[in-house]
Amino acid sequence: MTLKKIKSVMGKAVFVSGNDIDTDRIIPARFMKCVTFEGLGQYTFYDVRFDQANKSLNHVLDQPENKNASILISGANFGCGSSREHAPQALFYFGFRAIIAESFAEIFFGNCTTLGIPCISLSKDKINLLVKTLADKNSEIKIDLENKLIEIENLKIDFQMPEEALKSLIEGQWDSLAALLENMPKVKELEKQLAK
Amino acid sequence: MSKNLFNKIWDSHKIASLNSGQDQIFIDLHLIHEVTSPQAFGMLRALGLKIAYPQRTFATVDHIIPTSTLKRPYQDSLAEAMIVAIKENCEEFNIKYFSPEEGSQGIVHVIGPEKGLTQPGTTIVCGDSHTSTHGAFGAIAFGIGTSQVRDVLATQSLALGRLKVRRININGKLAAGVYSKDVILHIIRVLGVKGGMGFAYEYGGSVIDAMSMEERMTICNMSIEGGARVGYINPDQITFDYLQGREYAPAGEKWNEAVTKWKSLASEADAEYDDIVNIQAESISPTLTWGINPGQAMSIGEKIPTLEQIKEEDQGTFEEALEYMKLEAEKPMVGLKINVAFIGSCTNGRLSDLEEVAKYVKGFKVSSNVKALIVPGSMQVKREAESKGLNKIFEEAGFEWREAGCSMCLAMNPDKLQADEICASSSNRNFKGRQGSPQGRTILMSPVMVAAAAIKGEVTDARQLFKI
Repeated sequence: MTLKKIKSVMGKAVFVSGNDIDTDRIIPARFMKCVTFEGLGQYTFYDVRFDQANKSLNHVLDQPENKNASILISGANFGCGSSREHAPQALFYFGFRAIIAESFAEIFFGNCTTLGIPCISLSKDKINLLVKTLADKNSEIKIDLENKLIEIENLKIDFQMPEEALKSLIEGQWDSLAALLENMPKVKELEKQLAK
Repeated sequence: MSKNLFNKIWDSHKIASLNSGQDQIFIDLHLIHEVTSPQAFGMLRALGLKIAYPQRTFATVDHIIPTSTLKRPYQDSLAEAMIVAIKENCEEFNIKYFSPEEGSQGIVHVIGPEKGLTQPGTTIVCGDSHTSTHGAFGAIAFGIGTSQVRDVLATQSLALGRLKVRRININGKLAAGVYSKDVILHIIRVLGVKGGMGFAYEYGGSVIDAMSMEERMTICNMSIEGGARVGYINPDQITFDYLQGREYAPAGEKWNEAVTKWKSLASEADAEYDDIVNIQAESISPTLTWGINPGQAMSIGEKIPTLEQIKEEDQGTFEEALEYMKLEAEKPMVGLKINVAFIGSCTNGRLSDLEEVAKYVKGFKVSSNVKALIVPGSMQVKREAESKGLNKIFEEAGFEWREAGCSMCLAMNPDKLQADEICASSSNRNFKGRQGSPQGRTILMSPVMVAAAAIKGEVTDARQLFKI
């Protein structure tokens, strides 16, 4: 499997405020009744974007200036709760290719990385600065993974990311299946030993 | 200093170090259900891959299954498509399926232990965050995404980063009417919903030592609500007694060998930890949530906190929580009217949970303003409860007695809240919209507290109502 080397992500960004945004909110459970992931994008954040009559509430994600945004910005503990990969898949099919937040729940972080969606952690102050600059300039963001920098206008913000995830994205090894398959002889050996 | 159980299991299951810096870890047991597995089978087919060890994967159906009738086809055609898909996938790939056809289905985290599949010293995964439940047996058990379900099917292994281990000691003696659910809600309240990030939680101390396996499962189940992907308890005689004689547990000579091995895996007194937290049992009261995450909790005798009383890092969601819940700071939760009562889920849908409720509700009636459901965690739990006559007690008291499944914990089946109904619930998540209505409100508490709320029609201290 040849995977894309994700060295940077460029695009417009949109800020969805709030802490502890859980995966039920990203994709409510009732939309998980599906046997494929395609088509989940339209249900992203459904219950804050639409009322019960399915009428648009003009949520920030649906405002014209945020059309085609490919970078999502949010608060702390983003993606907590259920392990459903439907959440990052919905965000992916909605069009997001990177997420910037104060912190991420672990299972969600791993699920995103496996799909090649970098999850960038920034302090609250840096997020505020980024969001303010966005509001003033409405310009594109560049996430430079190799140099661990977010660039917008003349502003450069450094960020941290666990090395394992960073390396796997930059080197195009974010989907671990190929690496796991390579070691099947060793898997078989250990299986025999453990089955004793 | 010696190795703790987590590191012993990790080291014995490590296949290789990967280029990414992660470890490739062997997975002993893989559990699947209908919601998070169909796409993984699709990915396997697309890649032309086979299942490496079909005998190490077990399937059931729990999330979408109706609890009022098992009649097929389901009224919900999407749910019908999902149950068809899991059956076909299991047949095609030769996976054991605990199915409604054979009456052996149940919540995946209830049936793993009751069949004896969940064993000490093993690695267990499932596309479900409450897989941490199985840690109660001294296993490393955690939830995974669907791409990882694919990885396990194809290679019986995963690429993982090692976790740190935090030992949480609960010492002392729990007061009457304080349950394991209260203990875990209290732990999450103290350490926060993000507190466990990067950690596996090892629960111990005299309170945990004295608990039954089912109580221990309730504790480990909600580890993920505290941010810890893994929660576990060292195996001991209570663990072995629970497992002996179960369908998939080792038998004959193999049993003694297994017990010897399991004993050697437990963390010893001098085991090394990355962090230690001590909590005194006497400080724990019946605990319930007032907000929109499981850490927004209080004891039944307290009042809803003010912004100033909340830790700074958690203040961000305070106003949002009160607005959503339509509650006010400095008011008690006692007396708050409820519309629905739900007893069940992988947190509290086991036989001992139902027995405890039955013990108290005899002679009482559910309030006429409340819809009250009791949903057994598995068909085996249902049959055992019925053989003890518990269903009669529940029905006489006005509870609906249902078929097994996840039901109103996440409302992927027809059991849902309507509009902004308030539900006293023995489940694990009080997220916005979690119980099926975008405005629905959830209050988490122990099963006995839910039963008391159902009877009074409002949040109440079960110890007073039932004279515990």
